[in-house]
Amino acid sequence: MSILIDAKTRVICQGITGSFGALHTKGCLDYGTHVVGGVTPGRGGTKDANGLPIFNTVRDAVAATGADATMIFVPPAFCGDAILEAIDANIRVIIAITEGVPVQDMVRVRAELDRVNATRHRAERLSLIGPNCPGVITPGPKSDAAGAGSDAKNPYTKAGCKIGIMPGYINRHISESPLGKNVGIVSRSGTLTYEAVWQTSQLGLAQSTCVGIGGDPVRGFGFIDCLERFERDPDTHAILMIGEIGGTDEEDAAQWYKENGSKPIAGFIAGRTAPPGRRMGHAGAIISGGQGDAESKIKALRACGFEIAETPADMGAAMARAMKIEAAALAGA
Amino acid sequence: MKVHEYQGRQLLQEAGIPVPPGIVVESIDHAQSAYKQIADEAGGSLVVVKAQVFAGGRGKAGFVKLVNSAKEAEDAARFMFTNRMVSPQTGADGLEVKKLLFAAGVDIAKEYYLAITTDRSTRKNVLIASSEGGVEIEQVAHDNPDAILKEQIDPLLGLQGHQARRLAFQLGFTGKQINQAAKIMSALAKLYEDKDCSLAEINPLIVTPPNDAHPDGQVLAIDAKFNFDDNALFRQKQISAMFDASEENPLEMRAKKVDLNYIQLDGNIGCLVNGAGLAMATMDIIKHAGGEPANFLDVGGGASEEAVTEAFRIILEDKAVKGVLVNIFGGIMRCDIIAQAVANAAKEVGFKVPLVVRLEGTNVEAGKKILQDAKSSLPTMQAADDLADAAKKVCAAVG
Repeated sequence: MSILIDAKTRVICQGITGSFGALHTKGCLDYGTHVVGGVTPGRGGTKDANGLPIFNTVRDAVAATGADATMIFVPPAFCGDAILEAIDANIRVIIAITEGVPVQDMVRVRAELDRVNATRHRAERLSLIGPNCPGVITPGPKSDAAGAGSDAKNPYTKAGCKIGIMPGYINRHISESPLGKNVGIVSRSGTLTYEAVWQTSQLGLAQSTCVGIGGDPVRGFGFIDCLERFERDPDTHAILMIGEIGGTDEEDAAQWYKENGSKPIAGFIAGRTAPPGRRMGHAGAIISGGQGDAESKIKALRACGFEIAETPADMGAAMARAMKIEAAALAGA
Repeated sequence: MKVHEYQGRQLLQEAGIPVPPGIVVESIDHAQSAYKQIADEAGGSLVVVKAQVFAGGRGKAGFVKLVNSAKEAEDAARFMFTNRMVSPQTGADGLEVKKLLFAAGVDIAKEYYLAITTDRSTRKNVLIASSEGGVEIEQVAHDNPDAILKEQIDPLLGLQGHQARRLAFQLGFTGKQINQAAKIMSALAKLYEDKDCSLAEINPLIVTPPNDAHPDGQVLAIDAKFNFDDNALFRQKQISAMFDASEENPLEMRAKKVDLNYIQLDGNIGCLVNGAGLAMATMDIIKHAGGEPANFLDVGGGASEEAVTEAFRIILEDKAVKGVLVNIFGGIMRCDIIAQAVANAAKEVGFKVPLVVRLEGTNVEAGKKILQDAKSSLPTMQAADDLADAAKKVCAAVG
């Protein structure tokens, strides 16, 4: 099991003919994702380099392919509209990779998404991940059961699902975990997620699903949306949450966990050394008005039962501490 | 992106928000005539002369002056144009002042605070108002949180008239002031959305004592502060054109030209990382290992070999840098591109300071091979196994 996406998920790419869209469509196909088509207005009826059908509109793509997830790569100026089009076509999981979307566009998009979801039962609601995120990955078993050591050119089976730009090979399926444990990972940062995946894999853990929720101040999924799903997913055994300076999402998530969480949880907050008032790369990573600094987030996480990774090199180990995995077991892994 | 006070006034005026008469002065010669023009227009002798710089602490540094005659105005202008402004925010060298704002002094009966920003937790724009104006809103929030009023703006409807009127009543405006204040709020909300602001703040918003033209007093914006969403500048030509690089860090400006996220800091260990979160975390682990980061630098995912080479030039240009840490977890960014840029920078500029490289992820083997082949031109280089090892090595090398 997993959250949001699995081997059955049927994926289209909005912006499939752009350079990034094309590159990562190929990357997802190689990982075993069921990519079933793409959308580029004006290119409907043609095929991409992989032989996938291209459609003019998201509605056309859904009607023809039965897609229930979309990966959006369209440029920032048009990304808000692309998300709205996916909402209009009732796509269940909408993953916006694009970086640099104007905040006011996302304010309007988010209002429309909330309006659509307000009248729906939980199972019918649409999920938006991003924008400015690496995407979502649910690792599948590799064809070579030995997994990590495999040097086969393409060891992936059709049993996993990667929607986004992350390197797939660092992830482990539970069949490759000597400890037999799955971690769910949620993060505001892309490369820091890779670091966390790498460290947990090195320690002998696997990942159920990894969600990059993105670095923008106004976005779709937040930490709590992911924590809720990881909590309900029987195959997620522990949770690793990676936050950063700016806003109060980490504090809110910590409070949610204190009231609702039961699984072992570890956390890391990036930006202890970030100066106030400066935007640290991500649009949302800014300490302003005396709010959003790392120390107060770490304090909130600790107070709510998170095991804290003191440094980014300690994320995997902090996860193991939270799971009460003995050092000897880790060494054996 | 921020703009100067005089530019903020211009935006307010275009939006129909009244401000006292004002004029921009760029030379001492223009000071006397500018004073006369403003004094005539306002029908009084009091004019405020303000240096147009982003740095705070203008008042204490003597770069905001009240003047009562053309002669005083010229003296104030001479002082501000011929001295550099030094305040705690400028550093010891201070700043050259290139523009002054001459604004009519007005009588103030009462001061208010009015601002719009985007609330991350509700994901909506919010109008914030207080009857305690003229002071920092953070201070009011701390001392008297009840004095701060908030009104959510529906993204699909915009600020409604009844919301603005309700706030105006709650703030204690009376008589004809109410419609004046409500109109200002609506105009500011529209300006905020139209211009892709991230902050639009009027502080203070004032009411004048009653006068002939305004028997209930006039509501005016005295000072304004704007921040704009950098992501939206591509569609805000007017705002982009207001950009003033004169107070920006020159190395940061160079980085911006090649789409690198670089922020100069006070430490001595330069770092080059891909991804904003990992870049921040790398700064943190340097500090944890006993060092001080000299910069934040996220080369992003799509940077070319040339852009990454420029990144090394920028890092090495900072004379405080005594060591460099490269931390790459290749995803979109390929390790071989980074390695090639290291090799290029070694040939072109040369790494005279210790260099620690940690590579992982996409094309890591190719990257390691490039570094191995370039070893003769990289005498100060050490490879690191992981992040903790890298931080330890670079801190030890810098000492």
